[in-house]
Amino acid sequence: MHFSEYDTQGFYDEMFEAGGKPRPHVRLLIETVESLSDGHLLRYKHAAERLLLQMGITFNVYGDSAGAERIFPFDLIPRIIAAGEWDHIERGLKQRVHALNCFIDDIYHDQKILANGVIPRDVVLSATSYRKQCQGLNPPRRVWCHVTGTDLVRGGDGRYYVLEDNLRVPSGVSYVLENREVLKRIFPAVFEGLSVRPVAAYTSRLLETLESIAPMALSNPRVVLLTPGIYNSAYFEHSFLAQQMGIQLVEGRDLVVEGGDVFMRTTKGMERVDVIYRRIDDDFLDPEAFRPDSLLGVPGLMSAYQNGRVALANAPGNGVADDKVIYAYVPEMIRYYEGEEPILPNVPTYLCWRGDDRAYVLEHLAELVVKTANESGGYGMLVGPHSTAAEREEFARRIEAQPRNYIAQPTLALSRVPTIVDDHFEGRHVDLRPYVLCGKDIYVVPGGLTRVAMKKGSLVVNSSQGGGSKDTWVLAYPQSAGGQQQ
Amino acid sequence: MTNSYQRRPLLSRVAESVYWMGRYIERAENVARFIDVNQNLMLDLPSGFGQQWQPIVDTTGDRPAFLERYGEATKANVVQFLAFDTENPNSIYSCVTAARENARSVRETISSEMWEQINSLYLLIAMESRKNLDEGLPQFCREVRMACHLFTGIKHSTMSHNEAWHFIRLGTSLERADKTTRILDVKYFILLPSVADVGTPYDDIQWSAVLKSVSGFEMYRKCYGRIAPERVVEFLLLDGEFPRAVRYCIGLADNSLHAITGTRLGAFSCATEQRLGLLRSELDYAHVDPILQAGLHEFFDGLQARMNTIDECVRGDFFAQKIAQGAGLA
Repeated sequence: MHFSEYDTQGFYDEMFEAGGKPRPHVRLLIETVESLSDGHLLRYKHAAERLLLQMGITFNVYGDSAGAERIFPFDLIPRIIAAGEWDHIERGLKQRVHALNCFIDDIYHDQKILANGVIPRDVVLSATSYRKQCQGLNPPRRVWCHVTGTDLVRGGDGRYYVLEDNLRVPSGVSYVLENREVLKRIFPAVFEGLSVRPVAAYTSRLLETLESIAPMALSNPRVVLLTPGIYNSAYFEHSFLAQQMGIQLVEGRDLVVEGGDVFMRTTKGMERVDVIYRRIDDDFLDPEAFRPDSLLGVPGLMSAYQNGRVALANAPGNGVADDKVIYAYVPEMIRYYEGEEPILPNVPTYLCWRGDDRAYVLEHLAELVVKTANESGGYGMLVGPHSTAAEREEFARRIEAQPRNYIAQPTLALSRVPTIVDDHFEGRHVDLRPYVLCGKDIYVVPGGLTRVAMKKGSLVVNSSQGGGSKDTWVLAYPQSAGGQQQ
Repeated sequence: MTNSYQRRPLLSRVAESVYWMGRYIERAENVARFIDVNQNLMLDLPSGFGQQWQPIVDTTGDRPAFLERYGEATKANVVQFLAFDTENPNSIYSCVTAARENARSVRETISSEMWEQINSLYLLIAMESRKNLDEGLPQFCREVRMACHLFTGIKHSTMSHNEAWHFIRLGTSLERADKTTRILDVKYFILLPSVADVGTPYDDIQWSAVLKSVSGFEMYRKCYGRIAPERVVEFLLLDGEFPRAVRYCIGLADNSLHAITGTRLGAFSCATEQRLGLLRSELDYAHVDPILQAGLHEFFDGLQARMNTIDECVRGDFFAQKIAQGAGLA
């Protein structure tokens, strides 16, 4: 397959400059792909898909009939990020996660940022993800965001913007690790030639992060991963991470709180648990503290946590900073807590609770993307240019009724990467979700998950909406125009 | 001095899942064996005997469900019921689906290779279930059997022989012992009710078929030579070396149970150990003649009931942990 017919169609392309000239850091990949014999790449593609199905690397689609498992569509052409560009992203993410952590800790303690009028008090305290149960809590090391999956997008101007922070229970990292395994088998020579930074350390770093937050600084804490179970769409990832870290994968019914401590039921009685990497939303964590109808959680877990008998990652309550209205204030938080200008900018955001913004949004619905403040996964949103008049009317009504719950952003011309479509390449829009770990220090896995809107022209990359993924390569060294370097 | 290795506790839920994973894989394999051997047997019998497919439905203990939904025991009906019927919880398809669901919920406990093998078996059966099998039936049965063997081999060589591994083997051994008694039972009382047939060439063919259904024909020949009903019963019930003989399976189950609890062999610390140990001893010191005199069918009924009780004890002792049982909170 060749790139000679490939057309960037005026979008920012990750591989080609506007005139169709390959960017310097991707030349070796292009040469390798073009040197493959006809049909080679497609055979690789089918082999990779068979492998994924056989390994059972599938996800469940909600609302689909039982047993409907699909493989997460995967495209063989990687997205490559140059070394210098990555440095910029990495610094920006560390700065942002640090500030977010300060913000959450502040909100659940003195609320200085509210007292100083940097963010309106009403906006924060009215967020559905604000948990008054967490007021005054001191999680170990005062860390609230242990694992963050920030969504970045690159606009038509070539700059990276932060789209969402995803502080609660971000998923997808298992695909980063599995995609890499597949591509290493397919393009070994390119890996050697380009010095791609490895991602395999992620699970070790995650385990270190989790061990570092054990109560009373235990030297050999028991860490477990709490999953909602096999019907959860991310179950594969839960079992994969538990397996890779060598920790127990538990469900709510395996845990019990007794005498203020958390135990798991084993064949030889009860065993104490010290750290829980929970992949269950706050709402379902503990029926005594949150939703009383939750069958997935563990009664009494929150009080064990509040008393410092068990550590939870991510910390309950941290979703307050995930609220899309509060997101709009992150640049202010960075200035307030870090005393610095944000390295990675936000996407410009209109807040419908402000009268002027609301008027503008209602007038320009057909151009904007409207989002509900507290939804994720591509649900509860309106993509103006792709919407019908009836949908716009419906959203207008909802915005008028509950302005606090809606924001709007310009429709971004997301950057594109060549993607295999039948027997040729076409550009598809992508975003980038790097994973950030925060324990003793902050670590960013080099690369992250590049999500692809597989449908032609689509801007929605979520897996629940037909999105796929690509491997993401971060180069270790700057590439000269000549190619390989040490 | 202690080793830095720490015993990894096993969740009760996980123990239960791997135990059932083992049982279901074994069950699927046995059903494939029943179908295959019966098909073979029918080809060897003279036409006057008619097509006998009802007995293998009885082997799995699902006669009422079958009669209600299918009526006549034709080959096509029985194969559909035993291989692919998703409403029959003991069909190959249902067993493999259940084994896979269990495996999925303990994927971090078993090896990736084990999971992949169960998943491949599932994909195979899901695909075959959409085809019209007839000519392909022997090949299908063989593939299922080999896939189950492969799973056992992969389990043996890719997973640490730890507590979870012993729970798998406990489930597998108990299931296998149960299925061997059922095969013998059916042959003795349903397939050949007439005394006049005993000792005829067809009797010889049928007993050979029973041995073949548990891959025991060749091993039997090495021990006893001539096919004689009481020797076949002795071999499949009381042999201490043949891996599908009931006594051998019970011994293996008992070994795994003691590996799980840490209690020395010959002693007991829980109800499961007491019951399983008692059964093991009885089989170790049993003689086939009194069993035949007292009635084989009655003996099998008793054996199956005792194995069901052992299964219930396993649940009570290991899976249904109550907080009160955690008196010594670790």
